[in-house]
Amino acid sequence: MNQLRPNSFRLSPDARGRFGPFGGRFVAETLMPLILEVEQAYEAAKRDPAFDTEWRRLLTHYVGRPSPLWYAGRLTEHLRQEAGKGRGAAAPEAHGAKIYFKREELNHTGAHKINAVLGQILLAKRMGKTRIIAETGAGQHGVATATACALFDLPCTVFMGATDVERQQPNVFRMKLLGAEVMPVTSGAATLKDAMNEALRHWVANVEDTYYCIGTVAGPHPYPVMVRDFQCVIGEETREQVLAAEGRLPDALVCAVGGGSSAMGLFFPFLDDAGVAMYGVEAAGRGLDTAEHAASLNRGRPGVLHGNRTYLLQDAHGQITEAHSISAGLDYPGIGPEHSWLHEQGRVQYVGATDAEALDAFQLCSRLEGIIPALESAHGLAQVIKLAPTMPRDSIIVLNLSGRGDKDIFTVAQHLGVKL
Amino acid sequence: MSGAATNGSRIAGRFAALKQAGRGALVTYLQAYDPDPATSLALLRGLPGAGADLIEVGVPFTDPMADGPSIQRAAQRALKAGATLAGVLALVRDFRAGDAATPIILMGYYNPILAYGIDRFCTDAAASGVDGLIVVDVPPEEADEIEPQAKAAGLDLIRLVAPTTDDARLPRVLAATSGFVYYVSITGITGTRSATAASLEQAIPRIRQHTGLPVAIGFGIRTPQQAAAAARLADGAVVGTALVDTLAGSLDEQGRARPETVRQVLDQVRGLAEAVRDTANRVA
Repeated sequence: MNQLRPNSFRLSPDARGRFGPFGGRFVAETLMPLILEVEQAYEAAKRDPAFDTEWRRLLTHYVGRPSPLWYAGRLTEHLRQEAGKGRGAAAPEAHGAKIYFKREELNHTGAHKINAVLGQILLAKRMGKTRIIAETGAGQHGVATATACALFDLPCTVFMGATDVERQQPNVFRMKLLGAEVMPVTSGAATLKDAMNEALRHWVANVEDTYYCIGTVAGPHPYPVMVRDFQCVIGEETREQVLAAEGRLPDALVCAVGGGSSAMGLFFPFLDDAGVAMYGVEAAGRGLDTAEHAASLNRGRPGVLHGNRTYLLQDAHGQITEAHSISAGLDYPGIGPEHSWLHEQGRVQYVGATDAEALDAFQLCSRLEGIIPALESAHGLAQVIKLAPTMPRDSIIVLNLSGRGDKDIFTVAQHLGVKL
Repeated sequence: MSGAATNGSRIAGRFAALKQAGRGALVTYLQAYDPDPATSLALLRGLPGAGADLIEVGVPFTDPMADGPSIQRAAQRALKAGATLAGVLALVRDFRAGDAATPIILMGYYNPILAYGIDRFCTDAAASGVDGLIVVDVPPEEADEIEPQAKAAGLDLIRLVAPTTDDARLPRVLAATSGFVYYVSITGITGTRSATAASLEQAIPRIRQHTGLPVAIGFGIRTPQQAAAAARLADGAVVGTALVDTLAGSLDEQGRARPETVRQVLDQVRGLAEAVRDTANRVA
């Protein structure tokens, strides 16, 4: 079949929750009625101005939005010098794009996750649900969910792979302080994929009173579109802020992708602006050509897992393989279905950054900008470090600095051989 | 008669014959390749003699979303033993060489089928002697993914009906079902808890109002008494986790089959079958 390039990239999903061939609702019958209930409730909430007003009130006064758009001047200058060095004497000043950070790490709880969590918790309240469950990898989504549950006085259970519990101790403790119950998941590789399996199993057994607050743009419809809609606040603000600062749209947007919620939130409002290039950065782990990475678009193929059709890391027989990344938040063998579609449409370029590149970027950003980025965001930064020197000086890159790195200092110290 | 009709009718034929005999079916579930292909084949071959009326063969998958810990571990053992969908079909072919009568239903998840290729899978499954499919994560909303190919190959597509499937939704689910209806008796995953008799006594007539297909009850049926009660109330009882647990309990420390593994599982099936058949005698 000939694939027509759509007039707009902003019209998906269709009524079945499909982005082209991706997405859908691949869940067991027990969950299906519930998924339909969430969809109906979300459609109704979208039409209710009071819902939006309440969500925006929380974003302003509780989360601290809008998050700033920061001109990363020292990083920009540093990379301009690098560009000069790389090119010898030939027009050193011609290259090195201006770099802006969209500072989602300044949000309450330290990452973009809270944007969609508050929307979903308001939805859960509307639906009359009295318990919240969530899965978490790095713990950022778990902390955001535990936070919102504390605020709304809802019991909260967070499923977290035992491996992640081990490497994200600070966030585990945060969740507990916030009153949440953390359930370590030991099946499989005991990371994000397994936490999501377990959350889905728990949900099936507690459908009456429980709302499942998914942390990314994956899962069965309507989650990918709903989480994207809430995260679009990132891109909408960025658009206004960059127009105010520069009088024009950026030339490139860069964001790390695990499930891909921070990237969808930044990209979506710009998808129909043909002049804006977009880079989703997958975790290349120890290298794209090793067996240890989490690059489902670069090295996987389409399949069905966790309720949607999307690119997955899998073997020839359709068994899901384990992902690897230094960053617990990117350690997932799938990706949101809309990213799979944008990848096949060629609208977004998906590239990789290795553990080592992310570690370097993590340190560089800390020293040059006084901002310790999350290891997830450091993957995006690694791409900026490669990209900026290849672009003209008057061009503009916006990086989604999706989270802060306080949670990662133990992991980083360990990798750098520092004992804390 | 076409091959398609022959395959499709094996399930219907078995339920009809049991109805004539005045009893419900004992449907057993074990995961293929658990804990190794040879033991798995020996179990499969022994099941009809031990009293299984229909056989569900679980297709191992790394991420069995609807399954509890027992079947998750079974899948891990099976995958470690080298299970693939092609291997599972070969197992069914080997079984069919010695048994032309007992219906075989493959139960599993969609991704291994996708990886195999839907068209080729349906053709190969039918040719291997498979009669029906339960694809847990393909609900009626996504039925067009596999329904045309399954129909063309003469495979029944057995759908799950859950306590959460309300009256508005039920006709849609049932319309997409052939062979029999699998009633998931609890809101939950396999092998975790059991439905109350009262909830089943309400649920089964509700389903029967909408369909003439046989109804089997599964999830949470462990004991001969529960199996007998379910088979009496509906047209069949599915026992899975309880058998998988017995199998797991019979393995050595390395997870390998012991000489008594096959006998222990089949003895349990005999106990279940006796209870299901006793019911028939008492009713008669």
